[in-house]
Amino acid sequence: MAAHPGGLTAVASSGTVRSAVGSSSGTAPATGAGNAVSVRNLIRSFGPKGVLNGVDLDIAPGEFVALLGPSGCGKSTLLRALAGLDHDVRGSGVISVPERVSVVFQDSRLLPWDSVLGNVTLGLREHDADSRARKALAEVGLAGREKSWPHELSGGEQQRVALARSLVREPQLLLADEPFGALDALTRIKMHGLLQDLVAAHRPAVLLVTHDVDEAIALADRIVVLDSGRVATVRTVTPEISTAVDAAGHEALRRDLLADLGVVGTSH
Amino acid sequence: MSAAPVLERPAVEPHLDPALAAREDVRPTGRRLGPGRRRRLAWLLGPSVLLGLWTVSSATGLLDPRILSEPWTVVATAGELIADGRLQENLAISAQRAGLGLFFGIVVGAVLALLAGLSRVGEALIDGPVQIKRAIPGLALIPLLILWFGIDETMKVLTITLGVFVPIYLQTHAGLRGIDLRYVELAQTVGLSRAAFIRKVVLPGALPGFFLGLRFAVTGAWVSLVVVEQINATSGIGYMMELARTYGQTNIIVLGLAVYGILGLLSDGAVRFLERKALSWQRTLAG
Ligand SMILES: Nc1ncnc2c1ncn2[C@@H]1O[C@H](COP(=O)(O)OP(=O)(O)O)[C@@H](O)[C@H]1O
Ligand SMILES: [Mg+2]
Repeated sequence: MAAHPGGLTAVASSGTVRSAVGSSSGTAPATGAGNAVSVRNLIRSFGPKGVLNGVDLDIAPGEFVALLGPSGCGKSTLLRALAGLDHDVRGSGVISVPERVSVVFQDSRLLPWDSVLGNVTLGLREHDADSRARKALAEVGLAGREKSWPHELSGGEQQRVALARSLVREPQLLLADEPFGALDALTRIKMHGLLQDLVAAHRPAVLLVTHDVDEAIALADRIVVLDSGRVATVRTVTPEISTAVDAAGHEALRRDLLADLGVVGTSH
Repeated sequence: MSAAPVLERPAVEPHLDPALAAREDVRPTGRRLGPGRRRRLAWLLGPSVLLGLWTVSSATGLLDPRILSEPWTVVATAGELIADGRLQENLAISAQRAGLGLFFGIVVGAVLALLAGLSRVGEALIDGPVQIKRAIPGLALIPLLILWFGIDETMKVLTITLGVFVPIYLQTHAGLRGIDLRYVELAQTVGLSRAAFIRKVVLPGALPGFFLGLRFAVTGAWVSLVVVEQINATSGIGYMMELARTYGQTNIIVLGLAVYGILGLLSDGAVRFLERKALSWQRTLAG
């Protein structure tokens, strides 16, 4: 279990951050007890403009949370803070995340000079890295493509390699920033099914950033809407609603979410 | 309906299907803007044309042999010099100088580029002096080098090294700095160690720049070689040519030029070959 202040020296002085997940030390702080992710009063700004103005968020182990919000509302900023990628961003707050965190970006971000297999094993130190990577590639339906160059794959296949790369490390937390945003509608639906299967098999906590309401409903256990740099609404998705588009609450949830996002009038 | 010209479009490029290639009514599947696929030995075309022009103008008397010897005289001279061993001997010495200078220049240039590219301190220390060195014509340093090292091999190899390391440094450094920050982030998220980061991301990412520098460097090595061998040498191709000049032997001078030309062409071809092998992941017009 590791906790990091999101790359901010200012936070380090404001108190030691510890998380209770999997902790045996018995000194677990009250906040975030039992959670995979715990964010308290996270503030981030670029220049004078505040992007995140005090975000609080908890994600339970194995829970799938979708983060919805209009473009530019700070979804990526939050995710990058969790991933520890915001080295030079000003702000404060307390973050705790598990030790093994994987990130999937909107672009597949495969190293163009490495084979598909080499991309999946990137950073693995275990001696059986290759066989594990082969297994992960088979899981995403790309067995036999180990030796291909990334540019020889379609966009959807490249993103599947990125999923294999993130899951081969058995993450306790999977952070995904609009991972299907660049894919066509049909491929996107297939990827939803694949992601569900993978998450069911590996059980990481997931934070999926998306601007697609239907994607959020289909995949998440809980949907968090970000607005004005804060968590504006949290909505739970029951399994019945997420699996059937014609389920009773589905359309209502969809309408509520669109209203949360300010897309349609709230007068339904 | 009158017989309209057939504009059938084949399913594959005609050159990939012998049956289609033979037919005249079939045209390629589409206009391509890239230069098309590679042809083997295509690089020989340009030099062959030049050689042809030279032969024709010599044979027709357009070219006075006192100005430029005929190709066949040069070939005969080459035969004589090979027979008495002078050509091989001088060539070996020249190649050794160029090779050593190239080797040290590549090592120095690449190491400096890595130091400057990977640390701010390194950059602050190294980049300025290299830019200054770049502004000084390499050959302007020869008088100083002669004072310091005399006129022996050290001075010659050092002159070549100094000419070689600059383009290697500049292009490798530019390649390093051009590495997409997104890959650096990726390296962080998959928990690469610093050593693995350098091996998996930095070096492969800088390789295209390095090869570009290498091509400049190889050309530069031959240029420096010519100069050091014609100023101060008692052996080597340049010395052989310089000696020929004092005796007015145009044929040996032209032979020397031809040898330099062939060496340059061969070494450039070798670099390109290595580049294609090492950068096979790239999809470029070069193909
Ligand atoms: N590196 C940066 N420098 C300056 N401003 C930034 C930077 N990254 C993001 N921003 C700004 O922060 C706001 C939130 O960005 P982001 O988190 O990427 O939004 P999104 O919700 O679309 O992912 C935007 O207004 C954006 O312009
Ligand atoms: Mg974003």
